[in-house]
Amino acid sequence: MLVTWNRLKDFWRYKDLLKQLIIRDIKLKYRRSFLGYLWSVLNPLFLMLVMTVVFSQMFRRNIENFPVYLFTGQLLFNFMNQSTHQALTAINGNAALLKKAYIPKYIFVFSKITSGLVDFFFSCVALVIVMLVTRAEFSFWNLLFPVVALQLYVFCLGLGLFLAQANVFFRDIQYIYNVITTAWMYLTPIFYPLDALPVQLQKGIVNCNPMYFYVEQFRQLIYYNQAPDGRLMFLGIITALAVLLLGTACFKRSQDRFILYT
Amino acid sequence: MDQTIRIDVDHVTIRFNKTNMKVDNLKEYMIRLVKRQLMFQEFLAVKDVSFQVRAGEAWGIVGANGSGKSTILKAISGIIKPYQGTIRVNGSLAPLIELGAGFDQEMTARENILLNGCILGHTEKFMREHLDEIVEFAGIRDFLDSPLKNYSSGMKARLGFSIATMVQPQILIVDEVLAVGDAAFQKKCSQRMQEMLTSGTTLLLVSHNVNDIRRLCDHAVWMDKGSCRMAGSADEVCRAYQEAGK
Repeated sequence: MLVTWNRLKDFWRYKDLLKQLIIRDIKLKYRRSFLGYLWSVLNPLFLMLVMTVVFSQMFRRNIENFPVYLFTGQLLFNFMNQSTHQALTAINGNAALLKKAYIPKYIFVFSKITSGLVDFFFSCVALVIVMLVTRAEFSFWNLLFPVVALQLYVFCLGLGLFLAQANVFFRDIQYIYNVITTAWMYLTPIFYPLDALPVQLQKGIVNCNPMYFYVEQFRQLIYYNQAPDGRLMFLGIITALAVLLLGTACFKRSQDRFILYT
Repeated sequence: MDQTIRIDVDHVTIRFNKTNMKVDNLKEYMIRLVKRQLMFQEFLAVKDVSFQVRAGEAWGIVGANGSGKSTILKAISGIIKPYQGTIRVNGSLAPLIELGAGFDQEMTARENILLNGCILGHTEKFMREHLDEIVEFAGIRDFLDSPLKNYSSGMKARLGFSIATMVQPQILIVDEVLAVGDAAFQKKCSQRMQEMLTSGTTLLLVSHNVNDIRRLCDHAVWMDKGSCRMAGSADEVCRAYQEAGK
């Protein structure tokens, strides 16, 4: 109990560092670009446009308001994909610093995932623009989207912690993970409807793909304008907490050896 | 005089992994697992070293390159965990192991002061309050908003030193960082360290320059290939070290 309390105090002590690291990530991303932060909104918007043009030719018949359907899935998946890829190299990339100053090492993973979350919120502005342009319906349920974002944030933290520590010992992880996320993207109903898949596969996705839990909840709030499904929410929260627990345990077990391997 | 023990290094051994045996991909790992060669070749950078530093004392650490001087400072700063033995530190600690560790070359000096201060464990508010003082001491007022990559190495070192010594810590750990900067700045650094010493800061200094150690320290440790060869008053240890070097 005391140990946990001390850890939390330590975390609180370094909250300003976390803030500075996030500010650094965001500031440096668009420094010297003409449109600056506007790119955070424009980038997903343009990507969206391309994908809508490509995919609406393929699935036009079954999905109403395809741009919003696609965007709701894409937004969440991109947040997960980009933030965990960033977290993956968080320890290796900051090796020089870890060797010269004492800092709690998880701070780097935290900052990468949190910058991803900030990016996600920027992209949500793009989503609102798409919804306005396509005359989608707005409702009170839309406002509950942070509930899903929080679940996914916790999930990404856990996954990021696990990946970052594994990548210190085996650099192969970053290449393998690339393949895994690509497969993962195709196994998540982002640009196709779930019922386009064989029944057997549908079952697997509905029960075992964590990204489905979050994407579907998000869609229920934004796209279908309804309350999120209780079962999905339960599964989403349980998965997020379990992954966080696993990630933290692995990270804690190996963090003292980082300095010998980075 | 205050006799509390500030740093207690108790039979500390620090182990390193030899880089040539580095296994960092899965294929290699599997091959070694099958061949049962997974135990890495260990290398002890510090072997069973003990010493105690009391409040207000100034200790110097001398020794040849690779004798484990910096490693032990890193262990005291909490960067490396000892393999065996314990290190207890009692008091606030400012490590000057590498000036400006964590400087981001793309960011401006102002942003870097905030970031670096937070790395050293200060709050953002505290750093903003002391920004002027740091800039003044480093003498970089005119370049405050240019990216750090445009700075000369001397300017970076000055900035790093100013940030690290802004607060008066109870324990100051210095690892040969004073060899940078021009003569005027070196003098400023020396002065600041003297001020700290006279007001009761405990100092731990690594240096190749025996004269520095004699001037600033009252005790010294002589490290040789990871072991503590001699510990005692600065004069005696320095003399023995110089004798051996002849």
